[in-house]
Amino acid sequence: MGGYIPSTVLQQEEMLKEAGFSSMKDLYRDVPEALKLQKELDLPKGMSELETARTMRRLAGKNKVYDSVFRGAGAYKHYIPAIVKSVVNKEEFVTAYTPYQAEISQGVLQSIFEYQTMICELTGMDVANASVYDGAVAAAEAISMCRTPKKKKVFVSAGIHPDTLKVIRTYCWTASEEVVVLPLKDGLTDLSGLDGEASCVYVQQPNYYGVIEDLKDIAEKAHALGLQVIAGMEPFAMCLLETPAECGVDIAVGEGQPLGMPLSFGGPYLGFMAATAKMMRKLPGRIVGETEDSEGRRAFVLTLQAREQHIRREKASSNICSNEALCAMTAAVYLAAMGPEGMKNAAAQCYAKAHYLAAELEKAGLKRCFEADFFNEFVTKCADPQSLLARLEEKGILGGLPVENGILWCATELNSKEEIDALVKEVSA
Amino acid sequence: MNTPKELKYAKTHEWVRFTSETECEVGLSDFAQDALGDLVFVNLPEVGVEAVQGETICDVESVKAVSDVYAPVSGTVTEVNEELLDSPEKINEDPYGAWLFRLSDVSCPEELLDAEAYDKFCAEEEH
Amino acid sequence: MKTLFERSVKGRSCAILPELDVPACLPARTRKQALRLPELSETDISRHYTELAGQTFGVNDGFYPLGSCTMKYNPKINEQAAALEGFADVHPRQDNVQGCLEVLATAEKYLCEITGMDAMTFQPAAGAHGELTGLMLIKRYHELHGNTARNKIIVPDSAHGTNPASSAMCGFTVVNIPSAEDGCVDLDKLREACGEDTAGLMLTNPNTLGIFDRHIREITDIVHEAGGLCYYDGANLNAVMGIARPGDMGFDCIHLNLHKSFSTPHGGGGPGSGPVGCKSFLASYLPGEKVVWEDGRYAWQDRGPESIGAVRSFHGNFLVVVKAFTYLLSLGREGVPAVAQNAVLNANYLKHLLEGTYDVTNKGVCMHEFVLTLEREKKEIGVSAMDIAKALQDYDMHPPTMYFPLNVHEALMVEPTETESKETLDAAAAAFLEIYAKAKADPEAMHHTPYHSPITRPDEVKAARHPVLRYHFDD
Repeated sequence: MGGYIPSTVLQQEEMLKEAGFSSMKDLYRDVPEALKLQKELDLPKGMSELETARTMRRLAGKNKVYDSVFRGAGAYKHYIPAIVKSVVNKEEFVTAYTPYQAEISQGVLQSIFEYQTMICELTGMDVANASVYDGAVAAAEAISMCRTPKKKKVFVSAGIHPDTLKVIRTYCWTASEEVVVLPLKDGLTDLSGLDGEASCVYVQQPNYYGVIEDLKDIAEKAHALGLQVIAGMEPFAMCLLETPAECGVDIAVGEGQPLGMPLSFGGPYLGFMAATAKMMRKLPGRIVGETEDSEGRRAFVLTLQAREQHIRREKASSNICSNEALCAMTAAVYLAAMGPEGMKNAAAQCYAKAHYLAAELEKAGLKRCFEADFFNEFVTKCADPQSLLARLEEKGILGGLPVENGILWCATELNSKEEIDALVKEVSA
Repeated sequence: MNTPKELKYAKTHEWVRFTSETECEVGLSDFAQDALGDLVFVNLPEVGVEAVQGETICDVESVKAVSDVYAPVSGTVTEVNEELLDSPEKINEDPYGAWLFRLSDVSCPEELLDAEAYDKFCAEEEH
Repeated sequence: MKTLFERSVKGRSCAILPELDVPACLPARTRKQALRLPELSETDISRHYTELAGQTFGVNDGFYPLGSCTMKYNPKINEQAAALEGFADVHPRQDNVQGCLEVLATAEKYLCEITGMDAMTFQPAAGAHGELTGLMLIKRYHELHGNTARNKIIVPDSAHGTNPASSAMCGFTVVNIPSAEDGCVDLDKLREACGEDTAGLMLTNPNTLGIFDRHIREITDIVHEAGGLCYYDGANLNAVMGIARPGDMGFDCIHLNLHKSFSTPHGGGGPGSGPVGCKSFLASYLPGEKVVWEDGRYAWQDRGPESIGAVRSFHGNFLVVVKAFTYLLSLGREGVPAVAQNAVLNANYLKHLLEGTYDVTNKGVCMHEFVLTLEREKKEIGVSAMDIAKALQDYDMHPPTMYFPLNVHEALMVEPTETESKETLDAAAAAFLEIYAKAKADPEAMHHTPYHSPITRPDEVKAARHPVLRYHFDD
């Protein structure tokens, strides 16, 4: 209806006349007539704001929002402190462009600098970038950081998220790189097929099935063969388990959604990337650095830009332009609100609740598939997942995700004992 | 502009200092560093790489640009100046001290310019 | 101002989580490395970010004429719709999402209608991501047709930097062709560049000089006759949507920037969304699952073995699509062309106000943007495009895009968008003219602009030579 055009018809006519045009149509005198759309677009008539609001509310109402969620599998429901939304809904942050004009963008630049620092703290790594699209793309970009002209092969664990595997396969296809999948043995990555022909190995910690991998051992064995090691890390797990840096990983990446972002039917999410200082210049995308202004005051700027596509063009190692700045800020506000003790506590609660859930489900007859320890997800056997999940559904519970031979369950700090007990009661019924 | 007489130059603005008949050092001329502005990083070639006269061998970065460095002569890279990785400003401050890489088995199919000819070439290029 | 880490006080915290209500337990091996996150109260956090917001220039802080970025107003109803629980609190791998699927299916239908395409994926998370995806479709097409020798993508020198970078990343060799005198594609150069190794062409139309290339049909014909495909970079669609369609211009696939033409906010650099549309002969190569209508309901469907796979997890930046869809509902069939017309009108009006003073590269009619060049001023009085851009900051304006496109020296690229009023444009023109007069009177003073921003010009050389990319703790 509107199009958010402030000029009145009268003003439009004035402007046309002043700029030397006879009509709106005249503005398009360079467009050949034959190319002009000779019909009205097949779209509905524009709506008033009230009608739009009503329509969107009706559509949103067709989606089911669960009271109780026990499904993760790459998208996790955690409690989001009120301060997070309040901060990231500030108009300036929501609507600003990429902070290329540093003088009037110190707010966004500093917030990214703080985010980069926090990612370094979580991972224990030396440097982090300003984020990429999501965890899967972060993994694919990390693999291309390891690319060398001679080694046209990469190893990935069968225990990584299936979407991440798909994205890696697609990206490696464009680079004519072979993707070799290392199978799982008892839920853990089996390294026996590893060789030195590849540039790197990508594993996920904890893996897709929730199992805690022996990352240190993986890194040692891979390094001995001359491979670079990339780990896809769950952010809460890093607060409790050994960090990727402690395990000797070269590049740590991951999906940052659990850090204050709602499930959002899959996006926008946040791909974080951190690396050793040695790999700093291979990091893709935007990076913020500290410097001084001409009067000696601390200032932040986008830096190391000569790596990037707008300068290096076809010689750039990545085409990444946009980051997920507002999601990075979300993560930073979330981490600030939680604090170091809050994050450790939340991670410990995720771990404890998942273990309580696993123990209770086992009592109800759902045995775990793998013996190895897990973080906040695990797979149980289940003869008839569909009917069990349908039963839970009726109670407003989103159960675990059906996977081959069972169900992948998840618990976070958000699942109270009461909720878990209610779930188990339904399972037993 | 400073153009030492004892060096040879390529039209692509690299200088060459022969340390023996078949060995040399390569750097960027004063004219080049001035035109490029403040350099912030050097992507040095790998040791062992075969340099081919007139072809790109590595690049240098300023804040808003990347510029290719061409091999002024052919040869094998035997050493790179790693000091420049931490202090790229040396190229701006002392272009003839800040060598980028050293070559052995040097051959020079196309003749290099001497200082005088190079100065003349630069003067023309400025117009 | 202080960083969060410098505001931190040991022992301070927010009370977010309740105590653990199940038995505590810990894994065998735990983290030993310190976790130095800031320790803050909610007041600290709130004030910190309020201060940061004060040092951030948003679309509502003033005129934002960033060329090629389409910084239009971001309607509030879009944000409200995306925040609805029924969209924001839905798991990407759950059933009972008829509303989400309807949004995706309908948005696909509308955007295909606007672009003249047959199918679309919402998986790409940004424009460059969309470019890469579109090029993958081209790569797959040639692969499946046995065209192994077709490995070159032609890109004009006026293109966005992402075009050549995406091509290279997709495994293609980039052939840059120089633009003709008028900034459009040089048809002879294009013919010379086309051959049996041509995989495709990437083009923006209107181009980055704000000119609609009237030879577009010939251009796409030349490429098609040579056996290549044509990719449309949708960055500049705002000028022509509802007026002319890339599909009718002969393009085979496109990406759109929902965060440009379709009013979703930029978020200080993202999240964006870069859906990719294509003609039906490429549709089976699209990534991700597609939404279909069957048995009276929407459902996901696998795209089959020819699909390139996936370029992102799940279904892309879904909430951004919700915002763009909300915008499309508001606009409707009459609003879409009205947006384009007013974007073009505003650009021509502002160009008209400036062109007596500044040199404009495009003498004729422009589309949604135009380019000023300060080449003459730089030579004569030493004032650069950067100086003028920085001076505009003191007039509560965001500067135009600087030093782009690359085929114009000392370029300032101005895109007012349709959401600015005549009054804003008049005031902006007055500021541009006043700055020009000041530059003539005292060129030296221009090198130190801006004078009233939170910081003066930062030392970018220092930042790049000795990178400090994180806060360093004292201990």
